[in-house]
Amino acid sequence: MRTLFRCWIIFCLIFTVMPRVNAQTVKLLTLNQLDQRIKQGRDTTYIVNFWATWCAPCLKELPYFEKLGANLKNKKVKIFLVSADTKSKLEKAVIPLAKRLKLKNEVFLLNEKSQQVYIDRVDKSWSGALPATLFINKAKRKREFYEKEFTYAELLKTYNSI
Amino acid sequence: MRKYLLLLLMSAAISSSAQIKTLVVGQSAPFFTLRNVDNKLISFNSYPKAKGFIIVFTCNTCPVAKAYEQRIIELGKKMAPLGYPVLAVNPNDADISSGDSFAKMQARAKDKNYPFPYLYDAGQRVTNMYGATKTPQLFIAQKTKKGLIIQYTGAIDDDQELENPGRTKYVERAVAALNANKLPAIKATKAIGCSVKRAD
Repeated sequence: MRTLFRCWIIFCLIFTVMPRVNAQTVKLLTLNQLDQRIKQGRDTTYIVNFWATWCAPCLKELPYFEKLGANLKNKKVKIFLVSADTKSKLEKAVIPLAKRLKLKNEVFLLNEKSQQVYIDRVDKSWSGALPATLFINKAKRKREFYEKEFTYAELLKTYNSI
Repeated sequence: MRKYLLLLLMSAAISSSAQIKTLVVGQSAPFFTLRNVDNKLISFNSYPKAKGFIIVFTCNTCPVAKAYEQRIIELGKKMAPLGYPVLAVNPNDADISSGDSFAKMQARAKDKNYPFPYLYDAGQRVTNMYGATKTPQLFIAQKTKKGLIIQYTGAIDDDQELENPGRTKYVERAVAALNANKLPAIKATKAIGCSVKRAD
């Protein structure tokens, strides 16, 4: 009976922990890989938020991206949260934060060497200030870039208009 | 009431989408007079012998600015004798970012013994004139026959986290070029930084 009880506990633990662990892994991502994900993805709209663990306004708006992701669950939209932290911060800061905030959107750490190169490649109008967000509508071939902090209402409005 | 609310929302949308125009290389550096942490007023005229200026938008609160603080202090010591004094301007609105109040700026400058003026930009006037969008953000201006001209904009170097001993010191190179009567080989760079905290 005792073993059975233990097995049951372990079974419960695995099933409560598993999906969370999955949701909170943080993968490295190059801009080429991001392009590929968007190109080959089945969704119509892609929202790519650039943030960092040290950026206070980024952390303020992250819950809005989570709320948007949850509210648009059945729509053809994908939200990527791409951290601009350095790679050395992956284990120390980015993964713990993603766990603490229980982020459900896919979280990445940008795997690019040169800020000088990648900032311009994401968008010429980006000065490098965080937060910044890219909206892409594949069907309409529309691409909009915002160097600003969003409220939930603004986020929803921009999603609806793109 | 509803109409008023709508109007308010619309004006908010317009102001937040208003584009900040950042000055670029070749444009003239706008004149300003700002209050230093020692309460004295500072302008370009405070340095009649300078060949130009290194204007750094930096603050108390941004982690990237903090990571660069010691390098800005060293720049201040090294570049002033070369004719290019550092003028640091805090671009953040103190009501939005309480850590950037004048009193906190005074404390920081004293604590770290800043060898350059640390200027309070009331109403973010100078911040908007230069179109600063983030901290840290730098403009090097040179005195020329046509006035004070911006010759470099961007980052101090390409090594935010001090991980790369082979870093390129953009600002030092730019000043060295200007002092050799040349234009900087790299005149504009981009780097990740904290957004300027603008008044609502």
